Amino acid sequence: MESWRGRLQPLAAVLLGLSLGLAVTAVAGENPWNVLKVLAQSSLGSWYDLGMTLFYATPLIFTGLSVAVAFQAGLFNIGAEGQLVFGALGVAAVGALAPGVPSPLAPLVGILAAVVGGGLWGFIPGWLRARRGSHEVINTIMLNFVAAGLSSWVTLYLLRNMDSQNPETRPVGAGYLLGHFSSVFGDAPFSGAFFLALLAAFGVWVLLWKTPLGFEIRAVGQNESAARAAGIDGARIRILAMTLAGALAGLVGVGEVMGNSGKFRMGFSPDFGFVGIAVALLGRNRPVGVIAAALLFGALQKGTAALDFETEHVTRDLSSIIQALVILSVSAEGLWSWMKRRKGGMGA
Amino acid sequence: MNAAETGAWALLIQLAASTLRVSTPLVLAALGGLASERSGVINIALEGMMLVGALAAAIVTHSTASPWLGVGAGMAAGALLALLYGLCVIRLRSDQIVAGTAINLLAAGIAPFVCKVLYGATGQTPSIGIENRFQSGPTWMAFALVLAVAAWLRWTPSGLWVRFAGEHPEALSTAGIRVNRVRWAGVVLSGVLSGLGGAALSIQLSSAFSRNMTAGRGFMALAALIFGKWRPVPTALACLLFGFADAIQIRLQGVVLWGSEPVPVQFIQILPYVVTVLVLAGLVGQARAPRALGQFFDRG
Amino acid sequence: MADSLQGPAAAPAAVELRGLTKRFRHVVANAGVDLRVEPGTIHGVIGENGAGKSTAMKMLYGLYAPDEGQILVDGKVCSWRTPQDAIRAGIGMVHQHFMLAGPYTALDNILLGAEPSPSWAGFLPRSLRPVDRSAARARLQKLSEQYGLPVDLDAPIERLPVGIQQRIEILKLLYREARVLILDEPTAVLTPQEVIALFENLRKLKAEGKTIIIITHKLKEVMSFTEKVTVFRAGRVTGEVETAKTSPQELANLMVGRKVVLSVEVPPQPPLGPPVLELDSVALDRRHGKLDGVSLQVRAGEVVGIAGVEGNGQSELMQAILHPRDPGCRSSGKVRVLGQDVTANTTAEIKDLGVGLVPEDRHQEGLLLERPMTENFLLGLQRSPRFASGGFIRQDELEQACRNAIREYDVRPAAIDLELGRFSGGNQQKVVIAREFERKPRFLIAAQPTRGVDVGAIEFIHQRILRARTEGAGVLLVSSELDEVLALSDRILVFYDGRVAGEFKRGECTEREIGLLMGGGS
Repeated sequence: MESWRGRLQPLAAVLLGLSLGLAVTAVAGENPWNVLKVLAQSSLGSWYDLGMTLFYATPLIFTGLSVAVAFQAGLFNIGAEGQLVFGALGVAAVGALAPGVPSPLAPLVGILAAVVGGGLWGFIPGWLRARRGSHEVINTIMLNFVAAGLSSWVTLYLLRNMDSQNPETRPVGAGYLLGHFSSVFGDAPFSGAFFLALLAAFGVWVLLWKTPLGFEIRAVGQNESAARAAGIDGARIRILAMTLAGALAGLVGVGEVMGNSGKFRMGFSPDFGFVGIAVALLGRNRPVGVIAAALLFGALQKGTAALDFETEHVTRDLSSIIQALVILSVSAEGLWSWMKRRKGGMGA
Repeated sequence: MNAAETGAWALLIQLAASTLRVSTPLVLAALGGLASERSGVINIALEGMMLVGALAAAIVTHSTASPWLGVGAGMAAGALLALLYGLCVIRLRSDQIVAGTAINLLAAGIAPFVCKVLYGATGQTPSIGIENRFQSGPTWMAFALVLAVAAWLRWTPSGLWVRFAGEHPEALSTAGIRVNRVRWAGVVLSGVLSGLGGAALSIQLSSAFSRNMTAGRGFMALAALIFGKWRPVPTALACLLFGFADAIQIRLQGVVLWGSEPVPVQFIQILPYVVTVLVLAGLVGQARAPRALGQFFDRG
Repeated sequence: MADSLQGPAAAPAAVELRGLTKRFRHVVANAGVDLRVEPGTIHGVIGENGAGKSTAMKMLYGLYAPDEGQILVDGKVCSWRTPQDAIRAGIGMVHQHFMLAGPYTALDNILLGAEPSPSWAGFLPRSLRPVDRSAARARLQKLSEQYGLPVDLDAPIERLPVGIQQRIEILKLLYREARVLILDEPTAVLTPQEVIALFENLRKLKAEGKTIIIITHKLKEVMSFTEKVTVFRAGRVTGEVETAKTSPQELANLMVGRKVVLSVEVPPQPPLGPPVLELDSVALDRRHGKLDGVSLQVRAGEVVGIAGVEGNGQSELMQAILHPRDPGCRSSGKVRVLGQDVTANTTAEIKDLGVGLVPEDRHQEGLLLERPMTENFLLGLQRSPRFASGGFIRQDELEQACRNAIREYDVRPAAIDLELGRFSGGNQQKVVIAREFERKPRFLIAAQPTRGVDVGAIEFIHQRILRARTEGAGVLLVSSELDEVLALSDRILVFYDGRVAGEFKRGECTEREIGLLMGGGS
């Protein structure tokens, strides 16, 4: 069981990161209070805004889970960005090449395609780490670039949507599209993908904490040599965990392609993969924590989008700044003991 | 010498020159990464440090018409971000990979933010006239620095300290040198050099700062560093290799190599990344990272 | 303070500690420690693990600052904050884990932090002056001649044998003009021959006027090489005696505070059963370690002990038994476990035959220190029918098993949710043993089973091992504590340089014979 201090620290870190981010807006000549109001208003102010927030949170749940699963196996997945590109490309490709698949079957095929696409892009660095010993951090970063390049080639040369000026693939068959809950959330592209994300989180929780395989994953992440001495094949577990991480990141494609745009659009992800690192970190690599952190960052993403037109000097890029500051505050283990010492010192 | 031969020679010289040019930011950032990683601090944040370096150099050069001041500003900006990174990983015990990722995210957010505040648009800075840009200065600097860094590591006490800080920090500490001070120096130096690399990008290789203009060069520099086994000269050679791939990619765009279709530009673009992955998979067995790389040091 | 042994009563001690006290949070590591070392002597400091001897020495050489008390050097009160202050006062330490960077040369390792520079470079800041390696080399050559410590200064450390590395550590101190040398467990990693060479060097140093303090827990060394001994127990000094006037038994009593039973009561050996382990010329590529055509057998109902200095193939032996498929663990030869050829089997399959393993480094290989006891108990058993059914872990069953183990093995604290890193070494080891006995092993591998374990737990662990033998299991015991091997084993194999250098039955050998084989003699 985690201590109360362990649970409160992320919260404090969020507040610290948010305050620092707002302080930055003051430097730019904005009223931070006003900025905060815009953020809150446009992320939670209406059902539509809420729907958008949940829409933004959905991919972050997937990438957060992806990073968390890898982390539990002792691996750093900096490659969720490339994996989600491949997942989305997989859905788009299947949907465009086999548009006739009827409705109840098509979403399942789409989900499978996302899992396979992302899983493949996770398997590669997992295999390289386990069998060739090359570090997954560099490899996943490199594979992000490779994924961007390959997806651009597939989009422009193989599946190009000739009816559009934008670099995007042909639309998927109608059977693949997920309905929107427009009676609740209006025009927000909120779809069943959100529930798929919750389901994935539940699945990850069951796997990691209730099954022998999950225990093996966590054991390898904790202490690989002890796991090895206990007869657990660390190489196999790491390949598996990385593939699973890739598959989870790949599921971002479900919400994007089937739940939103109906095609693969190059550059659709505003760094969902990298923000997933922050989400996992903030959620302490636990599924419930990941959901909470993703909701928070989803709100941030939606909220900052409004800054473009609601304020003079501040743009949606503020979300990167705040996210970065939150990660730095959460990750700075020494910060909390340092502040405690300070407090103790003043009290004495 | 016939015309075709002259043409081939010209092409080759052109290719060599552009290899040197496009390698410049890579070499500088990789040397920065070397300073940091040899002292025991993983530096994924090179990318972000380059980005703010490029931004600061472009802004200052544009407003003062002095590329030298621009270069100074680029180095200062890189150093500033490095100070924040150092605070997190040396002082506050942050995981180096997590904090490095955050620093990159921060730089990616700050750059458009500053552009917007100064110029009213997030995309890029106003362009700088050719007369205020560097032609080859940073390139010479970069390759002189390769030798300088190699000599520094080999021949000076501080070079020795940096190497021990990354290999056996306890030994350094018991020998009376503050490990974390050495690491601070390594990290700040990495900021200065990557900032300089960023400056080369915005005021030598192009005429302005544009959004995401580093395009992964910080990560490439890191890969070159690993490829070069954390040694200055081999690292610089790896940068040249990557630079060559980049230069040839620019050359090959639209060229028909086989069949009737031109080589898709994307395949050439991903070439350096694929090469890096393959090289690491094949050679990493011999490449040994500094033993204490990534480990927090708890006193001094 | 007039009880000086040599010279006139007024001569100040080389080093004197007066009433040193050091606390870490709630633990008092040292309470009022007094210690006096005469100049030009070899002084022993002994005590069990955690008795506070290292803490006292760390205060002496400046790594920790004392909370109370004084340190006197040559009769003068000193106060320092860092090891550098101490070395400036002439006090240096050779750590148990050498402070040497493997890829760099001996020369660079020695001059680190005290780099000479040519005189012309004075205008540069110290950190940027060129290192004058030839000046350092000249000085070191003189030093190594004077003290009889030859080394190859240009060899990278990682290519030098441990004995030479230790020599380099000593040179490092001499280079810094240390007059008092503290050596922490200097013989732990040495062969008997290297130990002899070391003590010859130390005598030479003493003759040249140096003062030497040796921290150790080996009574024999203290008895044969020191003039005086200070004994630590539970953070205090329990005695300071002249070596000539004491006995090992008296020192042992001062160390543990009660009469120690130095022998283990061994129950009669059961009839031998079929072999549980057969190795047939198992060898390993030199790249991966030392294992050179080892053939041996362990039968049900016996304890076979492997004696030897650490690093002579014992670890490789266990790896080859448990991971025969891994090319880094076995290159050739056959492994049979419990009558079955397992050369092509996975570790899990081998362990499932009924093999228990107490690994040599429990932190590295035995435990998940940040996880609670339950998960540690589950490690390796996560797919056993007892704890897993229908694809899920049976949490209730697991917790019940943990509670039983706590009772049966007297694990303290009795908390199944507490992370294991918070348990003492002995209790961690009990968890490992409880878990491995949960398999009801017919073949038990026990490596360094009592390392870093308190005295009470040692007895308990020894009894459990012997009980396994009584119940008909075969036991392979690997230990660098020769006394332990001698006490528990029915047969003893001596390992040297990846080979079985000799074999003895219980009671058929002397410690001297084994010691000779351990050092490569015959």
